[in-house]
Amino acid sequence: MSAPAAALRPWGRLRWAMTDALVLTKRSLLHIPRIPELLVFATIQPVMFVLLFRYVFGGAINVQGASYVNFLMAGVFVQTVTFGAMTTGIGLSTDLSTGLVDRFRSLPMARSAVLLGRTLADLARNSLVVLIMVLVGLGVGFRPEAGVLEWLATAGMLLLLSFSFSWIGATIALFVRNPEAVQSAGFIWLFPLTFASSAFVQTASMPGWLQAFADHQPITLIINTVRGLLLDQPIGSDGPVAALSCAAILLVFAPLAVARFRNAGS
Amino acid sequence: MAERPMIAAEGLVKRFGATVALDGLDLAAERGTVLGVLGPNGAGKTTAVRILCTLLEADSGHAEVAGYDVRTQPDQVRARIGLTGQYAAVDEYLTGRENLEMIGRLSRLPARQARARALELLDRFDLGDAGGRLAKGYSGGMRRRLDLAASLVAAPPVLFLDEPTTGLDPRSRFTMWDLIAELVSGGTTILLTTQYLEEADRLADLIAVVDHGRVIASGTSSELKDRVGGERLEVAVPGADDLAAAARLLARAGDSEPLVDRDGGRVSVPFTAGTRGLAQVVREFDAAGVAIDDLSLRRPTLDDVFLALTGHAAEDTVPSDTPDHRGEEVSV
Ligand SMILES: Nc1ncnc2c1ncn2[C@@H]1O[C@H](COP(=O)(O)OP(=O)(O)O)[C@@H](O)[C@H]1O
Ligand SMILES: [Mg+2]
Repeated sequence: MSAPAAALRPWGRLRWAMTDALVLTKRSLLHIPRIPELLVFATIQPVMFVLLFRYVFGGAINVQGASYVNFLMAGVFVQTVTFGAMTTGIGLSTDLSTGLVDRFRSLPMARSAVLLGRTLADLARNSLVVLIMVLVGLGVGFRPEAGVLEWLATAGMLLLLSFSFSWIGATIALFVRNPEAVQSAGFIWLFPLTFASSAFVQTASMPGWLQAFADHQPITLIINTVRGLLLDQPIGSDGPVAALSCAAILLVFAPLAVARFRNAGS
Repeated sequence: MAERPMIAAEGLVKRFGATVALDGLDLAAERGTVLGVLGPNGAGKTTAVRILCTLLEADSGHAEVAGYDVRTQPDQVRARIGLTGQYAAVDEYLTGRENLEMIGRLSRLPARQARARALELLDRFDLGDAGGRLAKGYSGGMRRRLDLAASLVAAPPVLFLDEPTTGLDPRSRFTMWDLIAELVSGGTTILLTTQYLEEADRLADLIAVVDHGRVIASGTSSELKDRVGGERLEVAVPGADDLAAAARLLARAGDSEPLVDRDGGRVSVPFTAGTRGLAQVVREFDAAGVAIDDLSLRRPTLDDVFLALTGHAAEDTVPSDTPDHRGEEVSV
């Protein structure tokens, strides 16, 4: 048996960390076509929301400044991406419970790579689902008025949202561990955030106390930004504040998750 | 001065809340040897392995692997160990080959070398044909082999095998034993935990018997057997009612308190009176009207060792109804 000589070449730590993360990103990307159920369920849920709100509730909801289907789709995109955080958490907690993470932690690899690999792969998966939702939207009458720049800004906003919320999902998984519990926990924090927002109705229709929350929580700001971009309406300060909120979430949860991951055994 | 052990643990203590998983555990394995850590479920074997593999920090105590402190030099330790955990840690949605390539890349092998190593290991572990299939479809034995292969990708000098054959059918178990024996002959230092006495007996140079987070006895397999006494006389009786009578008779004939294996319908006792004494025992059973199904004089097994040392069986045998005398049979 020949001992591989390349065990510890003096490459930079950062470069190794990136290599490790990409190896694990590839691993998670390979899962996407091999577990098609995951992608199918991740798509069916927002499709149902679109149908429900477009055809069942839509007629009873009044919004100003846009047709309801045009108003709705920004909310659907953001909700889809936000719910993706749960997939990150479920995937990570599954790895934790099968012992795969123990194997990774016994290797001389970067501690952050397991988390970074998964969040990057989920970014790709989320993008795929949103892309499908754009097509679904076009099919039910969504007529965006965004130019190339606005589309790029929308993509950037959704990617930032996806990436930062994945780290919340990862952090929850590292505390809760059990995949079913991660799923249940997901509903507890994701439902208020996405429904007490401007996703499906204008916040002005809510009672005052709820409106106070809805108007100032990051998901509303992100939805308003995406909606403004797609419908070519002014977004004011919502855009920068939304981006900063995501950055802040990332700055808090990424180090928290990595620190928690280091001690995943105790 | 003698070379330092490749694996050395001194006074490891680990608590989980109120549970004391390790209670001052000491272990040592010299280079190129197999240390068998033998103990029942919950003895603390996995906890010890996790501490030695840098996955868990001990509350107190000290441990070195390949000369590096597991607490302060975890990266150096990780670069020199392979771990096969109690449950096969393979990615079900990757093929066998992709699994090994991934571990190779994460062990810092260049892509080309990782690929070559994966193929080499698949061949060696008789997974060549299955290498292109998802691990999800593998049998238990194949998964274990893939898992073992994964821990060998970087050719580590120290290997930790946590119950590598638990849950395997006998044939897969024999295959694993052969593979492990082959590794040992290649100079790898191995710490192997097991609940199977036969496994420790067969693979380990030194055995540490662990119970409640502490080593209660250690030595070679034959040293441990010697501690229980030399040969044992074992009598099998047809009915459960006969067990008590047989135990009474053997208590008189043997050198110390007999052990009763209720499920097996057997009673055994250390015995030095030789064949002449044997004839006497048979006559006494006759006189007392206790039938004998089978009678044998045998070297003690590790089962006897465990029962004698701990007062309870290591595997599925149930302790007899006279546990109080167990500890006195051997001095630990
Ligand atoms: N993460 C943990 N949290 C709480 N208790 C644990 C944990 N890991 C192990 N234990 C407890 O520590 C003891 C030793 O466990 P373990 O090392 O797994 O034993 P073994 O591998 O010999 O079966 C058991 O009582 C077990 O329940
Ligand atoms: Mg165990």
